Formats: sequence, C-alpha cells, structure tokens
Amino acid sequence: MFAFIVRRVIAGVIMLIVMSLVTFLLFFASPVDPAQFACGKNCSPAIKEQTRKALGYQKPAVEQWKDFMVGIFKGRDYPDDPALRKAAPQLVAHCPAPCFGYSVLNSKTVNEEIKRAFPITLSLAVFALILWLLGGVALGCIAALTKGSFIDRGLVGISLVLYAFPTFFIGLILLKFVSIKWGLWDKPEYTSIADGGVFSWLSNLFLPAVTLAVVFMAAYVRMTRAFVLEAMSEDYIRTANAKGLSKGRVLVKHTLRGALTPIVTMAGLDFAGLLAGAIITEYVFNFNGLGKLVVDANRTYDLPTIIGTVVLAATFVIVANIVVDLLYAVIDPRVRVA
Amino acid sequence: MSATAEETPSAAPSTTPGNPILEVENLRMYFPVKSSGLVRRTVGHVQAVDGVSFQVEKGTSLGLVGESGCGKSTTGRMVTRLYQPTGGAIRFEGKDIAQTKPGDLKPIRREIQMIFQDPYTSLNPRHTVGAIVGAPLAIHKVVPRDKILPRVQELLEVVGLNPEHYNRYPHEFSGGQRQRIGIARSLTLQPKLLVADEPVSALDVSIQAQVVNLLQDVQKEFGISFLFIAHDLAIVRHFCPEVAVMYLGKIVEIADRDTLYERPHHPYTQALLSAVPDVKQAAIGGRRERIRLQGDVPSPINPPSGCRFRTRCQFAQEICAKVEPPLLQIGPRHKVACHFAGELGAHPATPVTMDVCGVDAQGSPVPGATPVEQLNKPGFDDRWYDLKTQQFTGR
Amino acid sequence: MDSMASRATEPAPSFLSVRDLQVHFPTSDGLVKAVNGLTFDLEAGKTLGIVGESGSGKSVSSLAIMGLHHGTNAQISGEIVLEGTDLLGLTPDEMRQRRGRDVAMIFQDPLSAMHPYYTVGNQIAEAYQVHHDVSRGAAKKRAIEMLDRVGIPNAQQRVDDYPHQFSGGMRQRAMIAMGLINDPGLLIADEPTTALDVTVQAQILDLLQDLQREFNSAIIIITHDLGVVAEMADDVLVMYAGRAVEHGPTNEILVHPEMPYTWGLLSSVPDVTADTDARLIPIPGNPPSLLNPPSGCSFHPRCPHKDKVPGDLCRTTLPDLVPGQRGPGHTKRCHLADPESIYQSEILPEIAPDLVEER
Repeated sequence: MFAFIVRRVIAGVIMLIVMSLVTFLLFFASPVDPAQFACGKNCSPAIKEQTRKALGYQKPAVEQWKDFMVGIFKGRDYPDDPALRKAAPQLVAHCPAPCFGYSVLNSKTVNEEIKRAFPITLSLAVFALILWLLGGVALGCIAALTKGSFIDRGLVGISLVLYAFPTFFIGLILLKFVSIKWGLWDKPEYTSIADGGVFSWLSNLFLPAVTLAVVFMAAYVRMTRAFVLEAMSEDYIRTANAKGLSKGRVLVKHTLRGALTPIVTMAGLDFAGLLAGAIITEYVFNFNGLGKLVVDANRTYDLPTIIGTVVLAATFVIVANIVVDLLYAVIDPRVRVA
Repeated sequence: MSATAEETPSAAPSTTPGNPILEVENLRMYFPVKSSGLVRRTVGHVQAVDGVSFQVEKGTSLGLVGESGCGKSTTGRMVTRLYQPTGGAIRFEGKDIAQTKPGDLKPIRREIQMIFQDPYTSLNPRHTVGAIVGAPLAIHKVVPRDKILPRVQELLEVVGLNPEHYNRYPHEFSGGQRQRIGIARSLTLQPKLLVADEPVSALDVSIQAQVVNLLQDVQKEFGISFLFIAHDLAIVRHFCPEVAVMYLGKIVEIADRDTLYERPHHPYTQALLSAVPDVKQAAIGGRRERIRLQGDVPSPINPPSGCRFRTRCQFAQEICAKVEPPLLQIGPRHKVACHFAGELGAHPATPVTMDVCGVDAQGSPVPGATPVEQLNKPGFDDRWYDLKTQQFTGR
Repeated sequence: MDSMASRATEPAPSFLSVRDLQVHFPTSDGLVKAVNGLTFDLEAGKTLGIVGESGSGKSVSSLAIMGLHHGTNAQISGEIVLEGTDLLGLTPDEMRQRRGRDVAMIFQDPLSAMHPYYTVGNQIAEAYQVHHDVSRGAAKKRAIEMLDRVGIPNAQQRVDDYPHQFSGGMRQRAMIAMGLINDPGLLIADEPTTALDVTVQAQILDLLQDLQREFNSAIIIITHDLGVVAEMADDVLVMYAGRAVEHGPTNEILVHPEMPYTWGLLSSVPDVTADTDARLIPIPGNPPSLLNPPSGCSFHPRCPHKDKVPGDLCRTTLPDLVPGQRGPGHTKRCHLADPESIYQSEILPEIAPDLVEER
C-alpha cells in the first residue's frame, strides 16, 4: 500500500510539472500581448517595455517556467529583474517557497491571493458536498427502494428537471426571490468563522451551498438509484435476505456498501473540481473565492495568478484521485491485496 | 462394451496413427506475477501450462479434461494462438506456429478456429447473425462480397438454424441456438482444426445433447479435427476417442478412451472418475464408495516439487517429492505420469519409474544409471514400458 | 415409500407440505406463470431432489418457500405449510424471523452469493446474531465452530478471511456453515455444486449428507444433474414449464421413468460407462416460453411420443399428475397409456443396452 502511494505521488508530481509547462507555453502562444494588457489602454511603447520587464515577460516561456519551478522549490524575490530590484529596494517583495508567483496587477504574491480566496471556496465546497451527498444518497435510496412507484418517478423526474437548470439560474432565483424579494434568508456575504462565529459562517454559506448542491444532488440521486438497484440484484443481497436480516440492515450494511464504491469515486472527483472554484456560484453571490480569482486573472492576462491557480486545481484533482484509490482499498478488501 | 485396446468403430473416422494434424511438444505458458513493491518486479510465475505434449490426429478428437485451473483452457488458447506460448512447439501440419508473429497469424486463423463456452457473451449483441457468421469471409476475402450471404445461409442450415434468420440479432435466439451460431461462425472458413473450449457447459442438459450431436455431424461431414476441452468427463468420453487428463498445468495421463475410463493408472484420474455422480446409482440407492481427495488444488505459482499431485495423493512417498514422474508410455496408446502407476487397487509398492529415471526407490539418483532421455514427446511410440515385466516391449 | 403411502390416505401433517403453489409474475408482456400448481410433501431428515431446466420453475418455487418474493410483484397463492404453519399466511416480518432460522438456503455460485466486502466470519456470525441475542464475540465463536464443522482447515484463522481468499469449494462449505448455523429444519440447496469441479462436488455432497444425518434437516436439492439426484435424494420431483411432471421415490423415477421428458433428460446426458457408439438422443426443440405456454401438455411440442396418444389429447388437454402403472407413490403428468413398455422397448435399449439384457 505504501509503495502504491509513493508510485502514485511520483506520477502526480510529474504530471503537475508537465502541466505547468504546458500552461506557460499556451499562455505565450496566444496572440494577445500580456504586457499590453497589463499596461492599459493609454500606454506608450516605452512604458509597455518597462511593464514587460517588470513582469518578466521578455524572457522565453521555457525560461520563465524554469524561474517558476525554482520559485516553487526555493522561493523568489520580486520584481524579477535584478536591475529593477536594485533601483527600488523598498518595493522588493520576498515570496518564500513554495512560491506560485507575484501578481503585479494585484501587487500581491499569488500565495497571498490564494490564501485569501481558498477558505471561501473550501467552505462552500465542503458545505455543498455534505448537502448533496446526504440528500443525493438518501433520495437515491428512497427512489431505488420504491422503484416504479409514484415517489420514484417523482424523484427521478424532479432530479432530471433540476439537473437541466443552469447553476446561475438556481443561484439567481435563490438570491433574488428567497433572499431579496421574500426576505426569507439574509443576503449571503462570506464571513469567516474568525469574524462572525460558526453560526454566521454557516448561515451565510447556506444559499450558495444549496445552489451548488442542487445540481450535483440531482445527478447523485439518479446515480445512487442506479447503483443501489444494481447492488440489490446481486446474489449476496439475496443471501442477506435469506438469513432473515431486516430490510434496513440489508440496505445499510449490504446494499449501500456495495453501491458506495462508484459514488465515492464520483464524489471525490467532483469535490476536487469544486475546490478549484465554483465560478458561477461565486459570481452570482459575489463571493471572492478561487473561482472569481481565476476568472479575473484570465480576464487581465495575469500569468502568475493563472499558473498558480491551474497548478493548485491540478493538485487537488491528483490528490483526490489518490485519496479515492485509497478509499477503494478501505471499502473493497479485494483491492487491498493487489 | 469390451475393453479391448482396439478402437470400437466410433462416430469419428478411423484413426490413422502417425498422421497428426497438430503436434504440441513441451508447451509452456508462464504468466508473470508482479511484486507490489515500489518497482514492479516480476517475482514469480503462474505456471499455467508446464511442458504439455500431445498429438491430435487428422479427423479425430482429443479430449482435454481437468478441473478449473489445470491449464486446459490456456492450452486451447495457445493452440489457437490467442496467447503466445512461453516455450515449446505447436506444429500444425508440420509447421511450428508457436512463435509466429501476430501479424503473420492470419493464414493460421483460417485453419484453426475456436468455439467458446459462453454463447451469451461471445457473440457481439449489436451485429446480426449474418454479419457474425459472414465476418470471417469478408476479413479473409475468400469469396466475393455478393457470395457471402448465400454462404452464410448455407452455414446456418448446416448447424440447424433457419437460413432466413440471418438478419436477426443474437438476443433473439436461445442459448442452444446461439451456440449453433458460434459453431457456424467457426465453420465459415472451413478450418481443419476446431478448438472447442467447454462448448456445452453453459447450456441446459436437453440442449447439450443437441450441440454435441451437431459437433459430431460437423466432424463427420467436413473431416474436422477437434481439440475438445471440457470438465464433463462423460461428454468428453462420448466425443473423443483419445483423452488427456490435466492437473496443475501438466498432463498426468493420456490414453484412448476405453483404457482411460476403464483402466486408469493415475490416482488423480481414478479420483476424478470416481467422483462423477452416477444416475445408475439410483437403482442401488445411497452413495457409492469413492476416492476422496482432500483439500484443494495447490497454487500454480509455487507448485509442489516432484509430482504436482503428491500433496493430495494417498500413495505419495519420498520419491514423489524428489523426482518428477515422467509421462511414461505403458501401453500401445497409454501414457501416465506416476511413480506408482497401476490399476485401481493394484498400485505397486515400489516405484515403477526407477529404471526410467535412474533412481532408487527413495528417489535418490543411482550412480551409473542413465535415465531414459526425453520422455515428454507428443504422440505414442511403437515401444512402451510394460509395468508387469518392467521392461520395454513393443508391438 | 412411507411418505407416499401416507399422503395417499390422508393429508398427513408432514414436515413441509406444499399445496397447489402458484407463482405468477405480471410483466408488460403478460403474465409469466413461473410455477403452476406445485404440490409435494417432505419429511424431516429426508431429501427431495427437484430436477428441471432453466425456466422450469424450480428456483422460483424454492424462493417462494423462503418467502424471498416479498417486495417483488410476484403473485403467490396456494399453501406452504412448514411444521403446521402456512408460510404464505405470515406477515413479511414474521416470515423474516423464520428465514435463516427454520428454513435456510445455499446458492449456486458461492462467490457471488457472499458479500465481497465482509469477512466470511462476519457474514456467518451475522446469520447467527439475527436469530440469537448474543454478543459479537459469542457469534464469532459459533461461526468458527461451524467453519470447523464443515471442514475448513484452520477455522480460527480463516474466519477473518474475505470470500475471495477462499477457494470455490471452501466458499461453498462456508455457505453451508452459514445455512446450518441456526440448525434449520429445512435446507434448500439451489444447484449447490453446479459451479464446482467434480472432485469438489463430491466433497460437498458428502458433507451435505453427513450434516443432514447430524442435524436431521430436511433438504430440497435443486439441480439439473440426474447423477446428483441419484446419489442424494430420497424423492425426485421433475419440473417442466412450471409444473411437476413426474414425482416419486428416486429409484422409481430413475429406474422406471414414465414421462417422456424424464426419458429425454436421461437419454440426453452421456454416462461415463455408456456406449460411445450410441448417439445422444436430445430432446428436440427448446424450452417453452412461460408467457405463452403450449396448450394441453406443455411438453407436447417437444414430445416424440405424442402420436402414441389417441386423438389430439396432448395438444388440447393438460394431463393430471396421477399415479401411473407403478403404484400410488409414483405420479406422472402424461397421457401415455403404457409408458413402461415404451420405456423398456424404445428408450432403455438406446440409453443403456446392458440393462435391457439383464432383464
């Protein structure tokens, strides 16, 4: 098992390195001049060149990628150009390892940006995950157990409709009607636990989390239903029934455990994807999470931020994959030996 | 039901010894076992098939029986070259195809075809029967495109299906009918050798007989040779004039069917035969006395030294652990791999293989004695080792 | 023969008594009559073999005895009286409490019949704990005892293994341990050895017989293998298309079969001692559809002897399950007037010529 983890981690690190390189190459392959972008509309060629140097964009892409890798492992000082650093030592910012870069546009290291935005996204993702897993699995089980009945058809139908709704639509309805028009819930505004306590944190997260969870939940209801039905047709469920176990015990101990494996995989990967930012939900509710950070960085051609968030998102997916594989081994003893 | 060594005239054409269509010599298939460590090294091998030799004569059938995991299916897959053997030779009409490159296998595929066990999963559910049966014709371009359909219909008729049903899908047929489709498919290219891997074991009893009869008709009509792999001893006996018994990757006994079923000399063959439930027992009631095998088949990753059956054999002695018993010919068409080979209840007290292997009764090498070389040859010799006289004799 | 005789005179309070059992499944294509008017008795400590092909209703009827059709859309009628209680009259919860305690079942494929994620010991102990209020430790101890009893070496250690770590034969032994842990009066074995090799099959059949003697359980063994029936069963019930077509003591049915379907079963299976020149005599055609069963005798489209019955009787009229020429204990569902002579003159010479000469 240990060897397995080590193998997977090594593979993951290699993937991350390759991915960061690809991101660099793609960034500079685009016809847009990032320096022009950073410089603004009224920009003389001289200022543009200065901006380019300040951002370090004059170097070849591979060179910059090397600097980035060095930053990850050793940390860096900004501005990148030594001449500029000497000229204005008061502006030099040190970015300790692992340094994702320095965003001149935000006048902050990318690490600081992420550190600010990540808790928001994380809170949102965890809350949503709990909601959709509990709701999706429970409703999915109910649908499977009442297969063919009115309840089942209702649940499947509703989940199909909800699944078809775009996230922003659900988000806007919740915001505009539930919160603003009817005043059923305070307009959400992210407050950290440190600022407002656990209750305020939770209550402000509720509407956005529900928005996120609804779409996922719709998918999970249908998925759970299918997996539970499949597990229910297994021979070992017939054995469990033949022992005289109660319905509930057969469901919880035997059926669900069998149906759990694929759900865990899906949930792990969905969660990892969300950690990189729930873009639409964050925009609708104006939460300054990673999703918003990513979109803003892309709009302003802010390479350091783009690279930082891409690598972070990829790390989440890779780590989630490893964790899911480990969970497999916990769930299924047949995997353990292999 | 006389027990003479002469073949009773059977459904198959009379055998002409020394005219093999398929000759398999010392065939081996080792599947690597990978370690779970940081670097995935090969730490061992599953010796699925380890040194198997046999002959299939033109127009006849050789049965390969044994329990699950004995390597009989792996052998079949090597003969059809679905697997590349680790070692040994597969001579089809005199040409060794054991190491032929995958790209050069196409002509061999025309000559050697396979019938699979499960008629439910071995037919593509999205193809019509006509497409399934006609595909080999199209792939090998043996007949013009417009002649494929008439040929397919002809084949469907041969296997007893309605030729008008060529445009139906496999799910519209019952299990027995599907197996007929599989047989039609295998016959399309008029192969010379058919490898039938458990062709009837997935079918209902009343249907099994239909398919067995069909295979016999096909054999008679087209003169096809069969390598018939099955675990059902009665069906193999019915179909094959010659039968080989496998245990843990090796042939332990091979003989013509009357000898094998009436005078088996290997303790495993005897146990296997005695375990088959018998309908006639009903007249007497209760259960017969049988040879009870204890425990399970050992792992093929680390098989027992010497004789692989010794861990479950009631006659096993020291020599069995030390020396691997050779597949020794003890009759005109009878070979057995056992140090204590003998008829049921008449196993000798001393090893019969001492001279042949050049060892003493405990299995230690006798100085000066030279073992008889290379006994693991396919087919049968004119000379054999007579167990009674302990001498080589001949016809 | 005792059970047969008593049945003819009075509705004896036998251990298990199934009366006119019907199991129908409504489907979108129509009503599938999986079991149609099945009636039989079984004494404690005796073995009944139910023989038939897939779709003959043998598994469906055993699941009905287990009450495992609860929660499906099956329509069940008739009586299943076990020790004086009609199981079909019980509430689902009352039936649940009897399942595993009074009736237990073992299945064809022991690998898929055991949960892959729980240890063998856990699954066996669970079967004990459902019906006994004992601690986990006590249940596990009992599971080890049972594993030891069914011949698992090192039961103390192997109890913590997962099913995939057991061999096929050991898994079936573990299933038997699970079935017998509550000492049920009735054990239903559905094709218990079909997935196993012959030598392992012999081990399992030996074990079942030993345990039957020890626990005095009644056993219903469902199989397609007449050889297994011959060696295991006291009585045989041959089923075809959801109906019993022949029923009686094993040696009666297998030595003097009176129903052409039974003849077909006997003649289509080669024997390890049979004459290899003889062609197998298959039953022509395919098993019937249960949605749209043939009129009259369900076997008539495949029956080679129907022209021996005068008129169109086989096609129009369903024969009753009545005693034939061999006395009240041996019933058959066939219009043939003199099956014994047809069997002796036409069937036996084909399947076992050596037996004919002895007569």
